[in-house]
Amino acid sequence: MHTCTLQHRTYGFADLAEVLAKASPERSGDRLAGIAATSAEERVAAQLVLAELPLTIFLEQPVVPYEEDEVTRLIIDSHDRDAFAPVAGFSVGELRDWLLSEAADAETLAALAPGLTPEMVAGVAKLMRVQDLILAASKCRVITRFRNTLGLAGTFGVRLQPNHPTDDPRGIAASILDGLCYGCGDAVIGINPATDSVDNIRRLLEMLDQIRDRYRIPTQSCVLTHVTTTMEAIRCGAPVDLCFQSIAGTEAANRSFGVDLALLAEAHEATLALGRGSLGDNVMYFETGQGSALSANSHHGIDQQTLEARAYGVARRFRPLLVNSVVGFIGPEYLYNGKEIIRAGLEDHFCGKLLGLPMGVDICYTNHAEADQDDMDALLTLLGAAGCTFIMGVPGADDIMLNYQSTSFHDAAYLRRLLGRTPAPEFQRWLVEQGIVNAGDGRLQPIRANSRLLSLPEGWL
Amino acid sequence: MTRRPVQIEQTAEVADALEFAEMKASPVTADPWAELRQFTDARIALGRCGASLPLAAVLELRLAHAQARDAVHLPLAIDQLAPELQTLGLQTLALHSAARDRAEYLTRPDLGRRLDGDSRAMLKKRQPTNGCDLALVIGDGLSSRAIHENAVAFVREFIGLCAAHTPFALGPVCLVRNCRVATGDEIGELLGARLVVMLIGERPGLSSPNSMGVYLIYAPRIGTSDEARNCISNVRAGGLPVGQGVRKLAYLVEEALRLQTTGVNLKDRMQADYLPFCPKPALPGRD
Repeated sequence: MHTCTLQHRTYGFADLAEVLAKASPERSGDRLAGIAATSAEERVAAQLVLAELPLTIFLEQPVVPYEEDEVTRLIIDSHDRDAFAPVAGFSVGELRDWLLSEAADAETLAALAPGLTPEMVAGVAKLMRVQDLILAASKCRVITRFRNTLGLAGTFGVRLQPNHPTDDPRGIAASILDGLCYGCGDAVIGINPATDSVDNIRRLLEMLDQIRDRYRIPTQSCVLTHVTTTMEAIRCGAPVDLCFQSIAGTEAANRSFGVDLALLAEAHEATLALGRGSLGDNVMYFETGQGSALSANSHHGIDQQTLEARAYGVARRFRPLLVNSVVGFIGPEYLYNGKEIIRAGLEDHFCGKLLGLPMGVDICYTNHAEADQDDMDALLTLLGAAGCTFIMGVPGADDIMLNYQSTSFHDAAYLRRLLGRTPAPEFQRWLVEQGIVNAGDGRLQPIRANSRLLSLPEGWL
Repeated sequence: MTRRPVQIEQTAEVADALEFAEMKASPVTADPWAELRQFTDARIALGRCGASLPLAAVLELRLAHAQARDAVHLPLAIDQLAPELQTLGLQTLALHSAARDRAEYLTRPDLGRRLDGDSRAMLKKRQPTNGCDLALVIGDGLSSRAIHENAVAFVREFIGLCAAHTPFALGPVCLVRNCRVATGDEIGELLGARLVVMLIGERPGLSSPNSMGVYLIYAPRIGTSDEARNCISNVRAGGLPVGQGVRKLAYLVEEALRLQTTGVNLKDRMQADYLPFCPKPALPGRD
């Protein structure tokens, strides 16, 4: 039992899970789960309690039981005590203050990452204001490699997302060319397929590989299908660069996605064995999102932000090239409006980075959420300031297959222009060679109608 | 002496000069791949001013989003729908889910899946009856516009087919505000319906603010799981036309009654020459 006594009353919280849930900034998903603070004062009382809790409590009292959940076992068993040592005596509140101090720099934070657990990071995020989440995350440097180098200081990556409602190769190719001409695609060229059959996945993988090869683009491709389908495609000899999977923060939620840690390990091994990365061997791509465990009815009474951080605990086991939260996709019953989506996006980015992940965000919303393009602009700009590794690039922000609004190629160009960021260096060199951006200031150049980029292989157009 | 037009060689410098002249005329840099738009509805080749989106494209997206938003928040026009359905010879009932308003509806799917007390009492008052073969439920879902534009035409065609070919006992048509797909389970259970056909507004996309979903549930009960439903999606002008949706529904209804189930065990194997509710010709040598 944890208590907080204010002048006129005392608040009691039965356990760590209740403190975490009630200390969470307001969001509809925690209300839907029936675990949110019932008043503004109770929320702050929970934060006062949380600030005083020692970090070691997260190791002693797992919020999801060790015996019942393999994600908890992964978190506890892989915890690095030596890395944890510098902050072992801290309370959650002291960790917040230290993260903002000059003592916490890129090297210190990188060394600390294996010593932090997802729950510690989730806890400290609940105490932080938006500017704290931005500043602390901006200090983290996470670099990953496959055919280029992602996450270097001063860079900002984009996943080119050329989805099409019927997976039409010409429609997909048209969107890819559009995105490349706007300097997008360094993080990955990644398709969400409309049809998950192995034949279709193979066809899309081969098409992406041909485009990449034809234009000698220093990037990687991915078709975002279930790991078992990707493994089947690998067995059939398809050109798989990255292996994708949606993951969540509990064993039961992952099971609802049709995966467990053993299956992910098997997929990781199978993809590594292909050895297709020329610069590095980060071969996994994970997507996550607050609310996924609740929507799968497997949240164990834990708040959605803490469970989201636990999903990052799963991700980091597999040294991914890319991880992103799809922050506004799940709908208003989990994140109601622009304010909740913005806060959640910054929390997710901060937690991922602090845990040592190459964290991007799919800055997005659905038409039944109380949000619009202005909210996405705000989150995009804040995430740019926070040093977000990558965002999505969707033609005109309108994904015609998944029916939601994400960020556009123009949004990525805006952010690079505003903050002076460049794509991954290998990709940037290619953009200069193609005449897409200027070698000097990196700005977009007018594309000539006879550009080789615009001539697609025979049979596609 | 006639002057011949000067031939200018199309060098890269000339192209640049022409391009520059064009740029001076408009701050928008056009994308010379507009012809690729023939291959996709994605918003490609929008051009740019600097790095940013030209205003025309900004306003186009804003309009599409406004239409989708309005579709979510427009109240279901029961007062207009009910008389139109009654002229088809149908009884109607106006019901409400337990979600009191739109904000609660959007954040509490659990409340949207159940009827409010008054609606439940109204349905219970109708008992005891002998049930019905098929109950039609029309719910706003996430787009009232989808219902306003498609539902009456769909019902007219469907009951026309039924009247011509099958002696269905139809229950009253329930019109439900703040309705989710599962609300039909409780309604079907209270009406003692063998089948519920639910017409409901789907989550609006930017290019489809008016798309209607049609769900079919055999032996509906509170707690029926989603795997036990069949769905026909995207019924609208520009999507699946009403006539085709009705034909598909007739097929699924026939199959559901034959197999006494809906959902994952009812596969859509409709043949191209399927004739709704027609006696199937006996195969030669089988009678």
